[in-house]
Amino acid sequence: MIEIGLTSYLLVAACLFSIGMIGLFLNRKNIITVLMCIELMLLAVNINFVAFSHYLNDINGQIFVFFVLTVAAAEVAVGLAILIAFYRNRRSVSIEDMNSLQG
Amino acid sequence: MESLFFFIFSGLAILSAGFVVLSKNAIHSVVALIFCFFNASALFLMLGAEFLAIILILIYVGAVMVLFMFVLMMMEVNFEKLREGFMQYLPLGLMISLILLMEFAAAAASNIFVAVTHKTDPKTGEFILDEVTKNIIPKAEPLTAQVNNAAEIGKVLYTQYMFAFEVAALILLVALIGAVVLTLRTRKDVKYQSIPKQVRASKADRLRKASL
Repeated sequence: MIEIGLTSYLLVAACLFSIGMIGLFLNRKNIITVLMCIELMLLAVNINFVAFSHYLNDINGQIFVFFVLTVAAAEVAVGLAILIAFYRNRRSVSIEDMNSLQG
Repeated sequence: MESLFFFIFSGLAILSAGFVVLSKNAIHSVVALIFCFFNASALFLMLGAEFLAIILILIYVGAVMVLFMFVLMMMEVNFEKLREGFMQYLPLGLMISLILLMEFAAAAASNIFVAVTHKTDPKTGEFILDEVTKNIIPKAEPLTAQVNNAAEIGKVLYTQYMFAFEVAALILLVALIGAVVLTLRTRKDVKYQSIPKQVRASKADRLRKASL
């Protein structure tokens, strides 16, 4: 069997990040899926942090993941609240309808 | 055995991540993302981060994804219509993502990170090489069962990162208030109880002395 090391975890995180990136391009009209893709990319970053924390025997990486999770939770809460406020006014969640500021 | 579990969990995580992106129904995407988080938390467990694995399930699956699910079910949106032109940006997205992936993979496979996490010979101080790949073996000393991950995090979090911890609490408070303020709406056709008005009411507002 292949030895599982830091590289393996970094590669998994890279794959997840790239999939999230593709998702941003494919689902650019649906803001909910865009938010989910951002979550996916944050998860990839967190896997990187935890892998480095494990292989460097340093707990600080895990502390950072803790803060990333906090900020991500706050971001999702506010993002979805904005989405609901937008949906009430326009009856749509399409990014193409968000053009009021451009005139 | 460890590598077997690693391949199972990472493979399922990547598969479900692909399903999140490609799924036609947004509800299916949410469920796939929940599955992806479960697999990622299993990877966290394999890396010895038990506290974060549990936090990931509690916060992400228990709170954030349920919030996504609620918001999705509240809305009456034709998600099929939003998928128009789904393939239009596929070449561009695929190109950028593949370039990004190759860069990440090249960085991960290079010995830059391995040299940091090296394993040295205690006598000579030289790097120990893996017999198969001829790479330097990263040191991953398995921690003993006595090491309590949550306690270790707490020891650092409440001392060295106390200020950051308080700022994080403040961020959560601001997000909480912001989410309530953004979604609060007062409907004009519903009768509300106005507490300031009630408190300010005096005897003169309610009683009228009639002279007989």
